[in-house]
Amino acid sequence: MSTTDGFSSEARRAGFLAIELDGAGWDGTGVRGDDVFASLAAAVLAVETAGFHVATFADSPLPGRANALQRAAYAGPITRTIVLVPEVDTVYTEPFHVSIQLATLDYVSGGRAGWIATAAESSEAAAAVGRAAVSGAALPLEAAASIEVSRRLWDSWEDDAVIRDVSTGRYIDADKLHYADYRTPTGISPAYSVKGPSIIPRPLQGQLPVLVPASLVGEGQVPADAVDAVLVTAPTPELLAAEIADVRDRLGQSVALVAELDVVLDARGQPATERAVGTGGDRARYVGSAGGLTAFLGQLLVEADGVRLHPASLVVELDELARLVLPELRRSGALRPMVQDGTFRDLLGLPRPTSRYTNSHIAAAAEN
Amino acid sequence: MPQHTRALSEAGVSTPTGELQFGVFFQGVNSGTIWKAAESGSQTDFESFRRIAQTAERGLFAAFFLGEGLRLREHLGQPHALDVAGRPDAQTMLAALASVTSHIGLVATQNTTYNDPADLAHRLSTLDLLSGGRAAWNVVTTDNAWTGENFRRGGYLDHADRYTHAEAFVETAKAVWDSWGPDAVARQGTNGSRPEGGASRRVHHQGQHYTVDISPRLPRSAQYRPVLFQAGDSPAGRDFAARQADVIFSGHPQFDDAVAFRADITARTVRAGRPADAVKIMPASEFILAATSAEAVEKQAWVRELQIGPQQAVAYLEQFWGRRLDGWDPHGPLPDVGPAVEETSETRGSGFHGAKAAELTAQWRQEAAEKEQSILQFVRAKAGRADASFVGSYSEVADKLAAYAAVGAVDGFNISPWLIPTGLDDIVNHLVPELQDRGVYPTEYRGYTLRENLGLAVPERASVGEPAVR
Repeated sequence: MSTTDGFSSEARRAGFLAIELDGAGWDGTGVRGDDVFASLAAAVLAVETAGFHVATFADSPLPGRANALQRAAYAGPITRTIVLVPEVDTVYTEPFHVSIQLATLDYVSGGRAGWIATAAESSEAAAAVGRAAVSGAALPLEAAASIEVSRRLWDSWEDDAVIRDVSTGRYIDADKLHYADYRTPTGISPAYSVKGPSIIPRPLQGQLPVLVPASLVGEGQVPADAVDAVLVTAPTPELLAAEIADVRDRLGQSVALVAELDVVLDARGQPATERAVGTGGDRARYVGSAGGLTAFLGQLLVEADGVRLHPASLVVELDELARLVLPELRRSGALRPMVQDGTFRDLLGLPRPTSRYTNSHIAAAAEN
Repeated sequence: MPQHTRALSEAGVSTPTGELQFGVFFQGVNSGTIWKAAESGSQTDFESFRRIAQTAERGLFAAFFLGEGLRLREHLGQPHALDVAGRPDAQTMLAALASVTSHIGLVATQNTTYNDPADLAHRLSTLDLLSGGRAAWNVVTTDNAWTGENFRRGGYLDHADRYTHAEAFVETAKAVWDSWGPDAVARQGTNGSRPEGGASRRVHHQGQHYTVDISPRLPRSAQYRPVLFQAGDSPAGRDFAARQADVIFSGHPQFDDAVAFRADITARTVRAGRPADAVKIMPASEFILAATSAEAVEKQAWVRELQIGPQQAVAYLEQFWGRRLDGWDPHGPLPDVGPAVEETSETRGSGFHGAKAAELTAQWRQEAAEKEQSILQFVRAKAGRADASFVGSYSEVADKLAAYAAVGAVDGFNISPWLIPTGLDDIVNHLVPELQDRGVYPTEYRGYTLRENLGLAVPERASVGEPAVR
C-alpha cells in the first residue's frame, strides 16, 4: 500500500519547510505590540498561505504561553493543507491522556497532525505535578515509554472495529479492540503501566508521525524505529550539513531528518545584522538576506528531508519568507508539492500502516 | 400559593429567572444515541461535532457539553459492543470547535483523580483564552482502580476520599486562575515575555494525596476563569456543588422533582455562604418532538426501538445478573435464575453487587410478571430515560417548559440528542421559536462569554498576600 503516488521521483527528493509559531499566542484578547499577529488564527492562516508545509507549536513553560496541543487543535478546522505539530512533553504528562489528545488532534485536522515528543528536564515542571525531577539517562527512557504507549493505543482499535451491524446489534466488533498492556522497563521511576484499549477509534492516519530531537534517539534511548523524523541541531549553519550526514549514518535512511534553523533577515529597511540581538541559543542561526537564505535552504534540502525555521519575529520574517524565499524555492523544485487533502504521512511519503494487533484476538489479552 | 412556589420561596428563591437556557450534551457513549437509523452519522468525524455545535449556536444555546470516560466501557470482561463507543478528548475537541463558533460555551467533563491540577488548570485556561471566555469544566470524581489501570498512579484513591480530594483539586485550580493581577496581559512577543501589568502568585498545595508547587503561566480570560459545572447527586456531591460550582448538571428534570431539587440546592448554597441564586441548575433531558402530539408519540416508539434492541435488552439485564443470559428470549419473561453475585463488581459492568443484586433481580422479575412485560418491554421502560424525556408537539412541550420558567424550577436543560448530527434540528427550528414567543427563551446572546450568557457573577480575586491555598 502506498500513498506516495502523488509525488514524482524528482519531487520525492524535494524537501518540506516547517515554521515554528511560538509566540503567535491565542486568539483575541491581550495582544499588544506591532510584531505580533492579531490572533492565532491570523498567524496560522498566514503561514499556510505563504506555502509552509508544517506549522509547529512549542510548549514553552514561559509565562504567557498557552497549551501547544490545544493551539494546534484550534488551527485544525480553519486550515486545509498545513500540517499541525505540537510539542508535547513525555516526562510530566500522562501517556494515556497524551495519546487520546493527539488522536483527537488528528481527527479535528483531517489527518494533518504530528507530535514533537520532548523530554522536559525541569525541576519546576516536576514540582508542578508533585514528582521528583527526572534527569539524565531516564529522560529518553520516559520519552520512549510514552511514545510506545501512544503507538499501542493508536493501534488498539483496528481500522474496521466500528461495524454498525444492525442484524447482530453490534456497534463495534469487540474482537477488533485490543488491550495495550504496557509496562515500563527498568530505569523509569516510578514504574507505571497502561491497560487500554484507547477510548477513541484509531486516528485517521493510523499512526501519527512522531518527531523527536536527535539527541534523544539512539541505542538505549528512543529507538530509531519508534520515530518518523528527528530534529537535527548544530551550532552554526556551516555545521548543519555535516551534522545531518552524521545523524543519517547513525540512524539510517528510514527516519526523516529535519534541520533546525533560526532565521534573521534583512527586513523593513534594516539589515539583519542589526536585528540579530543576543548570541542566539544552541541552534544554527542564519543572519542575512532573503536571497542568501534561499540558496542556503536549497543546498540544505538536498541532504535534509525538511527544515524547520524559527523566525526572529514571526510577522517580520514571514513577510520576507512569503515574498522572496518560498516562491523561489518552489520554482527551483526544492519543495515538495502540496497535496490537496493530504495527511502528514503523505507529506513524509509514509504509507498508512495496518494495526499491529490485526489478526490477534483480544481473548489472548483478556486473560492477562 | 401552590406547593412548589412556597417551597421555592421558603428556600430563598425570590425571583424566578423567567428565562431558560439550553445546553447540548454530545454523549458519544451508551444507548441514548441511535446508531441504527439511516441518518445516524459518525460519532468521531469532526463534521458531526461542528454540525451539532453550529446548530446549537444558531438556536442560541448557552453550552456545548462533552462527557468523559477514561476507560473503555466493558461488559462482563469484554469491551461493550452494542452501544456507540469511542469519543474524542473533550478539551482538544472543544479547542477545535472554538475556532468555528463564536458564542456558545464549551464544557469539558474532566476527572479530578486522573489529572494533575497544574496541567488541567493550564489547559482549561488555554481553552478559555482561545474561545474568548467560553470555557467550562464539569468536575467529575471517578476514582475506581479499574480506570486507574490506564494511569501512572493507578487506583490510588479511596472512594470515601473522592470529594475531599476533588475539592482540594478545585481549590488549587482556582488559585492558579486567580494568580495573575487583574490587569495582567500576556504580551505575545515571538521570544516570549512576562505578562505585563501585574505580578503572579505561585500556588502551593500540600495535601494528603499530592504536594504541588505551580508557577501559573496564563493570565485570566474575558470571563475571569472557566465556569464550573458539577453533577454529583449524593448529599456530599450536592454540598460540594453548593460550595464550588456555578452550574449543576442535574438528574432531576421532572417538574416536582426539579422544584424539590432547586429548593434543596438553594438551601445548601445559602448555608455555604453564597447568594441563593449563585448556582444554576440544568437537568439532563431528551426531547422527542413533532408537529402533533400523535406524531410525537409514534416517534417515541421508533426512538425507543432503535435505542434498545433485543441484544441490548438482554445485555442490560446481564449487567445486574453479572452473568451471560444469551439463551434467554428477549420477547419472553425475565430470567428466573439468580444473579452470579460473586462474579460481579461495579467496575466490570455490573450495576450492583452482593446481596443487593439478588434483591433487585427478584424485584424486577416480580414487577415484569405483574405488568406482563417481556425482557425487551421491561428494559425499554426501565432504561429508556422516560423520566428525562419531553415528548409532544412543539407547542405542548413549549407550554410545559414555560411552566418551569414561571417558577424558576430550573435555569435550563442540558439536552442529549438521540441522533447525531441532526438531532438538534427540530429543537432549534421549531421549539426555540415557540419558547421565544412565550418570552421564556433568549432572543439573542447577552454577551460573548459563557459567564455573561448564563447570568453568572464575575468571581472576586482573593486578596494579595493571602495564601490562596493551604
